Amino acid sequence: MSTGAAVTVAGRPAGGPAGRLAGRSARRRRRGPAHTPWPVVALFVSPFVVGLLLFGLYPIGATVYYSFTDFRSGSYRPVHVVGWANYVDLVTSSDSFWVSVRNTLWMVAVLVPLRTAFALFAAWVLTRLRRGAAIYRTIFFVPSMVPVVASALSFIVMLNPAGPVNGLLGRLGIDGPGWFTDPTWAKPSLVLMALWACGDTVVIFSAAMLDVPRDLLEAAQLDGAGAGRRFWHITLPALRPVLLFSTLTGVIYTFQYFTEAFVASGSANGLNSGNQSLGYPQQSLLFYTTDLYRQGFVYFKTGYASAAAVLLFLVIFAATLVFLRVFGAVAPDPEGRA
Amino acid sequence: MSAPTGIAARLPGTRRRTPATGPAGAAAGGPAGDGREASRFLELVGRHAPALALALVFVLPLLVALTTAFMTQNQAGTGSLWPRPWTGGNFGAVFSAIPFGRALWNTVLYAVLSAVGVLLSSVPVAYALARMRWRGRRAAFLVVLATMMIPAQVTSLPLYVLYSDLGWVGSLKPLIVPSFFGDAFSIFLLRQFFLTLPESIFEAARVDGAGELRILTSLVLPMVRPALAAVGLFAFLFAWNDFYNPLLYTGNSTDGQTLAVALTTIARTAHESAYQLQMAASLMFLAPVLVIFALAQRVFIEGVTMTGVKG
Repeated sequence: MSTGAAVTVAGRPAGGPAGRLAGRSARRRRRGPAHTPWPVVALFVSPFVVGLLLFGLYPIGATVYYSFTDFRSGSYRPVHVVGWANYVDLVTSSDSFWVSVRNTLWMVAVLVPLRTAFALFAAWVLTRLRRGAAIYRTIFFVPSMVPVVASALSFIVMLNPAGPVNGLLGRLGIDGPGWFTDPTWAKPSLVLMALWACGDTVVIFSAAMLDVPRDLLEAAQLDGAGAGRRFWHITLPALRPVLLFSTLTGVIYTFQYFTEAFVASGSANGLNSGNQSLGYPQQSLLFYTTDLYRQGFVYFKTGYASAAAVLLFLVIFAATLVFLRVFGAVAPDPEGRA
Repeated sequence: MSAPTGIAARLPGTRRRTPATGPAGAAAGGPAGDGREASRFLELVGRHAPALALALVFVLPLLVALTTAFMTQNQAGTGSLWPRPWTGGNFGAVFSAIPFGRALWNTVLYAVLSAVGVLLSSVPVAYALARMRWRGRRAAFLVVLATMMIPAQVTSLPLYVLYSDLGWVGSLKPLIVPSFFGDAFSIFLLRQFFLTLPESIFEAARVDGAGELRILTSLVLPMVRPALAAVGLFAFLFAWNDFYNPLLYTGNSTDGQTLAVALTTIARTAHESAYQLQMAASLMFLAPVLVIFALAQRVFIEGVTMTGVKG
């Protein structure tokens, strides 16, 4: 997508939009200097242009090219162009591919809505407080600052089969599951972890809730609408932009879900950690990017992994387009209200 | 932080549900009967109970991590929540279980240098996007936004080949060098800040004959110090927490291993259950993040709100 957009850089005429973009004053167009000289502009934007070429466009192009070859990085074998063979292999002869697709879709379908709903609830609880809201907001927010590796390790300790959570459950007479060591419970354990770290979204939601027109809520209340109906008919529609934005970023993030699962698989089963344990237990945590990592950086099947990467890119791109089509624009406002 | 619902609750409409609740001011000043007190107390409990319950849920994992870090190996990972006896030895033991000191130094290098690189390279780009007039500026900004959406997996395979051809794999270079070539998210944030500055100061400076570089360094930068701090902190924390890039490019080499990766090897190198070591290491890994957060809490919460509400 950046390739397409990059082409328009040179082609797009700089008319009204650029002027509007700069400042809210039309004054500027009359009095300001017409244009900054090209060499100056080029100098200022050069870091990004070079970076985009080196670390953006070149690797994307190379990934697409690799995906049609049998290239194995680190091998001195001559590289052959193999056409669509990698793509065909992916979807037909690989069992781990479809396992990883299923696991990833499960995560997108369960984690994203649950996280949004939980963050919404926490934000609502925050806005009902008259005092102490700032303290609670800090407490809710801190877990989202914890590095993923540290929080994954903490959850492994907390949810280990003989650990504190199962201890508490035992006192209530509940026989706790094996969490990260049980194929059925491994993904739900990761969902719990994601819910725990949703504080950044809570802060965004609660800030948006404070912007909900007060008189609307008051009027509805005078008309006899209960708290539930006010929330459903007034607060929720007003939150639409932030809800859509956080859902979209959540979907994109979950398609690339990697670190949490890597750490959970590698550290939950003690001795057999590292690359051998990818997907543990029983491939239940084998996500799309986990498989991609294994193919590309453990087996060094670069061409094959590149095909998987291209598919991922296309899926994320398509999901974004569909999302924007269905729900309307949620991208950051390019007009730049500050 | 008074919420809309909180204010609405003080209106007559609410009195039907909680008849005794008067205006909030009355709580402090006016004399009130026992019934009013009791029901106000009940309402307070009703509002605070869910918040308190949530707070407990949010705090519990951190508490478990904290207490486990002080437990002996026999006790760590069991159901007990309180160390008996307390031991501080785990924090020292981490240094011998994994090359913690070296990994810490690598992480500091990665985080500090990439924050410096991101600032140095992103500030001029953001300035050009916000404060210079040139053809295609709007399109260029959209390109910046678009690059934020490129998944790391799509670039990492060729970059790995590139870095290994350059002999960089295993060193910190693949982590640090790219940050000197502009970071889309930082450019976006800085541009938003630059746009808030009044146009008049730029006009005045240009009339006085100041060049763009001069305007940027001696006029703009002193005015946007909080923004620079925010962007620098975000870049620092991103690098500090980053797992994917260090895993790929510096992976198993001790020379380049960062804390995020080193922490995940404890389970393998300790040869036995090592929850107490994992938690001690995690706390030391987490501590700088929390210190930075405590010092700059406003920067974070406002930064998060700003980037999210932009939607």
